[in-house]
Amino acid sequence: MQMLHNTGNAISLVFKSLMNRRATTALTVASIAVSAGLLSVVERVRTDTQTSFANTISGADLIIGARSGDLNLLLYSVFRIGNPTNNIAWSSYEKIGARPEVDWTIPFSLGDAHRGYRVLATDLGYFAHYRYADRRELEFRKGGPFSAASDAVIGAEVAERLGYDVGREIIVSHGLTETSFLTHDEDPFTVTGILARTGTPVDRTVHISLSGMDLIHSDGGGRALAPVAGYEPEQITAFLVGLKSKISIFALQRYANEFEDEPVTAVIPGVALQQLWSLIRVAEYALFGVSAMVVLASALGLLATLLVSLNERRREMSVLRSVGARPGDIFALLLSEAVMLAFLGALAGLLLIQIGIVAIRPFALTEFGIQLSVGLRAFDFYVLAGIIGIAVLVSVIPAWRAYRNSLADGLTVRL
Amino acid sequence: MPRAAISPENAIEISGLRFGYGSHGDILAIPELEVRSSQRVFVHGPSGCGKSTLLAMIGGVLAPCAGAVAILGEDLSGMTSAARDRVRADHIGFIFQQFNLVPYLSVVENVSLPCRYSRRRLRRAVKADGSLEKSAARLLSALGIGAALRSRKSTDLSVGQQQRVAAARALIGRPELVIADEPTSSLDADRRREFIDLLLSECGRAGSTVVFVSHDASLAPHFDIAVDLQLSNAAAPHADAA
Repeated sequence: MQMLHNTGNAISLVFKSLMNRRATTALTVASIAVSAGLLSVVERVRTDTQTSFANTISGADLIIGARSGDLNLLLYSVFRIGNPTNNIAWSSYEKIGARPEVDWTIPFSLGDAHRGYRVLATDLGYFAHYRYADRRELEFRKGGPFSAASDAVIGAEVAERLGYDVGREIIVSHGLTETSFLTHDEDPFTVTGILARTGTPVDRTVHISLSGMDLIHSDGGGRALAPVAGYEPEQITAFLVGLKSKISIFALQRYANEFEDEPVTAVIPGVALQQLWSLIRVAEYALFGVSAMVVLASALGLLATLLVSLNERRREMSVLRSVGARPGDIFALLLSEAVMLAFLGALAGLLLIQIGIVAIRPFALTEFGIQLSVGLRAFDFYVLAGIIGIAVLVSVIPAWRAYRNSLADGLTVRL
Repeated sequence: MPRAAISPENAIEISGLRFGYGSHGDILAIPELEVRSSQRVFVHGPSGCGKSTLLAMIGGVLAPCAGAVAILGEDLSGMTSAARDRVRADHIGFIFQQFNLVPYLSVVENVSLPCRYSRRRLRRAVKADGSLEKSAARLLSALGIGAALRSRKSTDLSVGQQQRVAAARALIGRPELVIADEPTSSLDADRRREFIDLLLSECGRAGSTVVFVSHDASLAPHFDIAVDLQLSNAAAPHADAA
């Protein structure tokens, strides 16, 4: 009860006192804001990255491609990061796909680009079986799947950024860079469909049929007649496998990894993602370590500010003592001051990064495929509580000194 | 703690008081000192004669090593420091030589400050004038601080004005005892007389006992009795020895 009274008294005084020292208050609050914001941003980018990656593929039990590292296969096939090492024969695809435990397969053929966006050649199974996020199906915002070799289906972002609509003719270039020399300019494709936004690399992909891909690499001619359904290219880059039952995942993975016709690698997407996380965990720890150090530095800054203010405020403290403040009131005054600075700082930091995130969101999405989320989360409240807790711990030192001073100085300070 | 409804004859009663720091010997030793209620007492003596220590005893900030200090009949020497703090908050108003005011509070907020720490003085202020703000305003105008200055920050005021604000603060909620420690030493002679007149008349109106401490013996005629602390304090270094 008494403590409550002390604190209530302290807070109104603290606010006025802090306003009286605006410059130092603002700087201390700013340094705490930076540390809170940094900590929150690091955590947010970490979890949003994981979510974005985890959301990209769902429903596929195995990814099978030419023999390479598990991670490499996952990255180039699903995330369109890096390049495929090798191709696999269509016969291998058919042979594995014909296994009794296999429910469906989606062939991927990669290697071309359109104005910086990767081109994925696949078959109609892609639109039927590909799942992302929480087993969500691909949806068309406009138009529909390709039906001819010269048809293309573009992701939401490709459509948005390049301003494409259904019916638009586009040119696919060989290779992946925007300024490729070899453009297949005699082979324009026509946009037949635009996919709804998924927040995954699908948004940044131009989809064509396997026949379309093959024919632009041959000498052309008669491509309009090439069938889409049932077309068999000589080779593909990789394929996704959906099983009838999860139980057979390891059996099929072993079968693929020991495949006799040619060396192939089969990875379980979730397992490969875990490899990715453990790979980047070191970097995460480093970032967290740095953020924690920044929090520590701002706590020390707070401590320094409070200690410096003590000497300036000795007279003020003894005046308060003379009008009836108990040493406990003086202690509470310093403690409340630290808590208020920490609270204002952490709150400012957390709110400012929301604005920051809104600003860099489009960039993070287009450049890194990471969908940053806006809004306070549980972690942000931990940051707030943690920083206030640290402030309380740190401020015990100056509060105790003020308490001792107020006992020693009594009512008259001779300065 | 039940507080007796007291209207004691003596505002301050000191007997056998001794105080010193560790083994350095006593710096204050007062066998007997009584201040009757509503009396105006002038305490004088050169610096180093123990004035500040005596005020710290009366204010309950320091506890005597031996003897008793009773304020309004309550013996401080037997109390915890928290209980002494309470007596100070409820019954004593202080005015110091300088730096009386909290710089970040306005004039009115400074005057109201004791009522933050003492419900008793808050109740008395409200009872006397209807509200704390009205009480502060009345005391300020009685002490010559006009309405224009009241909402100003205390640091904007002249030294003389600051001392009068401090006097208003010491008087708010009508504490039984007002202790002024060299309140006029930073004022010039004219201001000094004016300040003492205002202070004493307001204390008289509030019925408060006044203990006015100064090294300047020429102020003594303003008061009912004068105490030469150098004589009263058996532990004071004597002038010839100093």
